[in-house]
Amino acid sequence: MSINIVLAILATSSATYISRFFGVITSNKVKETSKIFRWFNCLAYSTLSALLARIIIFPVGALSEVSYLIRLTVVLFCLFIFFISKRNFVYPTVISAIMMTLLSEYL
Amino acid sequence: MINTKYFLKGFFCIKDLNSPAVALAASFIAIGALFKNIGLNIQESVFSTFLTYALPGSLIMAESLMVGASLLNIFLAVWLVNARLYPMTVSLFPLLMHKSQPKLKYYLACHFIAVSAWLIMKENYKSVKRKYRLDYWIGVGAANLSVAISATAFGFFIADYLNKDMMVGLAIVNPIYFLCVMVNAMKSIQMILAVILGSIFGILFYFISPDWCILFGGFTAGTLAFYMGELNVN
Repeated sequence: MSINIVLAILATSSATYISRFFGVITSNKVKETSKIFRWFNCLAYSTLSALLARIIIFPVGALSEVSYLIRLTVVLFCLFIFFISKRNFVYPTVISAIMMTLLSEYL
Repeated sequence: MINTKYFLKGFFCIKDLNSPAVALAASFIAIGALFKNIGLNIQESVFSTFLTYALPGSLIMAESLMVGASLLNIFLAVWLVNARLYPMTVSLFPLLMHKSQPKLKYYLACHFIAVSAWLIMKENYKSVKRKYRLDYWIGVGAANLSVAISATAFGFFIADYLNKDMMVGLAIVNPIYFLCVMVNAMKSIQMILAVILGSIFGILFYFISPDWCILFGGFTAGTLAFYMGELNVN
């Protein structure tokens, strides 16, 4: 292994573990019936939602090479599939990959 | 140390039809292929997924390596994007606390905090006795991490056969799966507001600071959702 890549991996993993570690320390003082627990629950879902919005609207990596219109079409169609399939997670997940591959290849 | 029965019960959650296994595997196949394309070897790729186990962080590391960013830059960029793991841990671990479990176990088990395992646990924790929730959680986390590591290795080996369009197809799977799970979690006024406001503020804050938009957007939206939900209950 080249040393700079190993150091980059160690920097990435320690930067990731810090948030988890401090989360456990805070958890020792938080009761599940408290208001602060409910607040953190809201923060967790809203932060995930913000992350998802960023990945879909302002992506980095492979997705950034696909037009905004294609991404939006795939997202809306998969949500439609999710609701008509009685909230099944598998159909929209599989369809999204096929649809995105085809649309990015032919449009 | 670990109750095998509950560990295995958690571990085999990955077999459920609605488990995140497919989405998780698709994303880490793409990450494995990306690692190979930027010059990591198989050991480094597997080592990275094993130690980091957070998709956006791995993606940022890969992009930073491509542009030759410094270690400090990588550390700060990854910390910013993965800071979401802090509220996720605080909103889950109080549910797993039990006096019979050693403290060290919690510090090791928190490595499994990632969206996929977190969502499974949030959905299932009520069906597990409090004393054994941590063992169940370790099972869930170990299964998800195993899928991530195997998929990274698989992606690394098939990288030469994946074209750009296939990579795009793999990259959309994870966001779509989690979007569906988030929509499914919108069962109370607070959750509905948290998810909708989170996506709106996440986008709005992007125009102010792309680096901080997840944290600022999530914090603002979560706090608003909490207070509006509390007002509604009162």
